Amino acid sequence: MGDHHHGPATGIGRWLFTTNHKDIGTMYLWFSFAMFILGGTFAMIIRAELFQPGMQLVEPGFFNQMTTLHGLVMVFGAIMPSFVGLANWLIPMMIGAPDMALPRMNNWSFWILPPGFLMLASTLFMEGGAPAFGWTFYAPLSTTYAAPSVTFFIFAIHILGVSSIMGSINIIATVMNMRAPGMTYMKMPLFVWTWLITAFLLVAVMPVLAGAVTMMLMDIHFGTSFFSAAGGGDPVLFQHIFWFFGHPEVYIIILPAFGVVSQIIPAFSRKPLFGYASMVYATASIAFLSFIVWAHHMYTVGMPVAGELFFMYATMLIAVPTGVKVFNWITTMWRGALSFETPMLFCIGFLILFTIGGFTGLMLSIAPADFQYHDTYFVVAHFHYVMVAGAVFSMTAAVYYWLPKWSGRMYNETMGKVHFWISFVGFNITFFPQHFVGLAGMPRRIPDYALQFADFNMMSSIGAFIYGASQILFLYNVLATIIAGEKVTDEKVWDGAEGLEWTIPTPAPYHTFEVPPKLDAAHA
Amino acid sequence: MRLSANPTTDTVLKLATVSVAMFAFVFVVMVPLYNVLCDALGINGKTSAQAYTAVDAAVDTGRSITVQFIATNNDGMPWEFRPQVTAMAVHPGAANDTVFFAANPTTQDMVAQAIPSVSPSRAAEYFHKTECFCFNQQPLGGESNTLMPLQFIVDQDLPKDIKTITLSYTLFDVTARVSDQIAAR
Ligand code: HEM
Ligand SMILES: [Cu+2]
Repeated sequence: MGDHHHGPATGIGRWLFTTNHKDIGTMYLWFSFAMFILGGTFAMIIRAELFQPGMQLVEPGFFNQMTTLHGLVMVFGAIMPSFVGLANWLIPMMIGAPDMALPRMNNWSFWILPPGFLMLASTLFMEGGAPAFGWTFYAPLSTTYAAPSVTFFIFAIHILGVSSIMGSINIIATVMNMRAPGMTYMKMPLFVWTWLITAFLLVAVMPVLAGAVTMMLMDIHFGTSFFSAAGGGDPVLFQHIFWFFGHPEVYIIILPAFGVVSQIIPAFSRKPLFGYASMVYATASIAFLSFIVWAHHMYTVGMPVAGELFFMYATMLIAVPTGVKVFNWITTMWRGALSFETPMLFCIGFLILFTIGGFTGLMLSIAPADFQYHDTYFVVAHFHYVMVAGAVFSMTAAVYYWLPKWSGRMYNETMGKVHFWISFVGFNITFFPQHFVGLAGMPRRIPDYALQFADFNMMSSIGAFIYGASQILFLYNVLATIIAGEKVTDEKVWDGAEGLEWTIPTPAPYHTFEVPPKLDAAHA
Repeated sequence: MRLSANPTTDTVLKLATVSVAMFAFVFVVMVPLYNVLCDALGINGKTSAQAYTAVDAAVDTGRSITVQFIATNNDGMPWEFRPQVTAMAVHPGAANDTVFFAANPTTQDMVAQAIPSVSPSRAAEYFHKTECFCFNQQPLGGESNTLMPLQFIVDQDLPKDIKTITLSYTLFDVTARVSDQIAAR
């Protein structure tokens, strides 16, 4: 031992015991892709059932299990771990650190995830079926009326909460203590900034989620009545606690995506990011505001008017820093020497579609209007515009953008562009019509619907199959790149790319920045 | 403040403390705060779980408020449960009496708990109960019935625009809960 310049260990042991941030990042990315496929399969079952009105394929109870698991797997299994994987790969390389601050804890935070999700998925085969109360698991549906498998669901949430908290502590410790000399906070790439702030959000609210499921556990098994009116508790309390976690959670999902887009758009505009400092402050204000808007998910529970108004105005306020970001991205592209490689296409797709999602969010934030929109497909359309076209598109862009650096091989550009266009069109066919059926009153989370919604639902289902199928193309492209892609050796794979990760050899060696880099004026 | 000479250990210790504190925050701050706020502001239509001690105040005979009563059985509760009168006109400041009828049609001894809720919720803090069957659990033998008393005063300060108050009770079967508690003792 002693020699730190060895390469990776061989065999399965490399992956089980690795403390290397790149290996762990890779595992996170593959794991989240697997979860993306699993959650996607659930979505295909949902859309197949909704292809036509009437009960076609599955039992209503099973349908509810599908909507629940789809949401849980996508949010906690696909989106969140994928960005943690990206953070693992990129943060050390972007700040000139040799690894994460706590490599062993890093290994743990990854390796407790697969058992957690195995536990969650195993509920499908249990007596009474998997959780069927929606990904928001409102009490008393998730307590008094839940299938016995709910206990496994609770422990699964505990496990992935612990994993997220460990991962975030690691990221904060890395960013605060391991930056290369001269890498001041205001010189950090935006991706590092957004992740730093996200990690603080996670440390603050994942314990709240853990608290909520712990209370459920106690209500179910130990005779407490936090959420049971019979014993003096209150089910509405559950919603407050859940959304106190839940709204910051949606920013946990989107902030790293903002970071990715802020790296990629300048690279393909060949201009520095417009308004760097305002981006940092906007991110911080979004994070702060996210703590005081949670009850916009609960306008219909019977809050006093003062409460409705407070949460309405606070929510609308979030549109201001969000608008700052959108305008900064557009201004970055303005008069840039633009080129439209796949990562840039996904970022532009992100920009357009996320903005639409932001606007529908504003519509939903209007308390009196939300009484009509609440729990309809309009909400479903809103959050898929921000989470799929927002988070997932930006994640896809990130993979195309950094894959050549990671693997030393170039993906097939034509196939990438085809993937983008099929995704873009498929996504919109799926979710745009959902605005209309939602406004017309189609409730969410139902296996059957009134006849007047039939055409739009069929469109949605066709779009979903297209979007789903295009991910197979993505998988193929990535695999083909890793195995037999055209070799690239330029340090700067993209001519417009800026940042320390583009100063190291391609493919990125197993160990980087064991000696801290010197920041030259160009990176200052 | 530094918790450790090693900066990384220091960061980790601080963050771990924050996350433990946030976990505790849910139990020791959010839950009590929610209950206190609901009580103090009368939101959620919750009425006080303690008997109100009547204060001497003039009866406002110039105003008449309609108080409606609703009785609902929670899911799976087999009792018959209804108000003896469904609505009454009352003057603010005056004490009023009414009774609810309950019958246990099963052959088992059971225990019930009624949970009140007032609508509009703004009226909750002006609706005082000096005596209520909802203050205690109600045991009732199999195949028997009872009349459960309620005594209330509508406050003189009730906002002028409120003309009707609805008091709704949901009856929960707490037999299992009670026997668990006895067994635990
Ligand atoms: C301008 C920004 C945004 C505003 C004003 C906004 C507003 C809202 C409102 C008012 C609702 C509640 C609708 C209802 O249930 O009746 C909602 C739901 C939702 N939003 Fe947003 N939103 C914004 C951005 C985002 C972002 C960035 C994400 C995630 C990446 C997101 C994810 C969600 C989700 C998941 C739900 C539905 C939760 C559920 O009930 O299952 N939103 N949004
Ligand atoms: Cu929200």
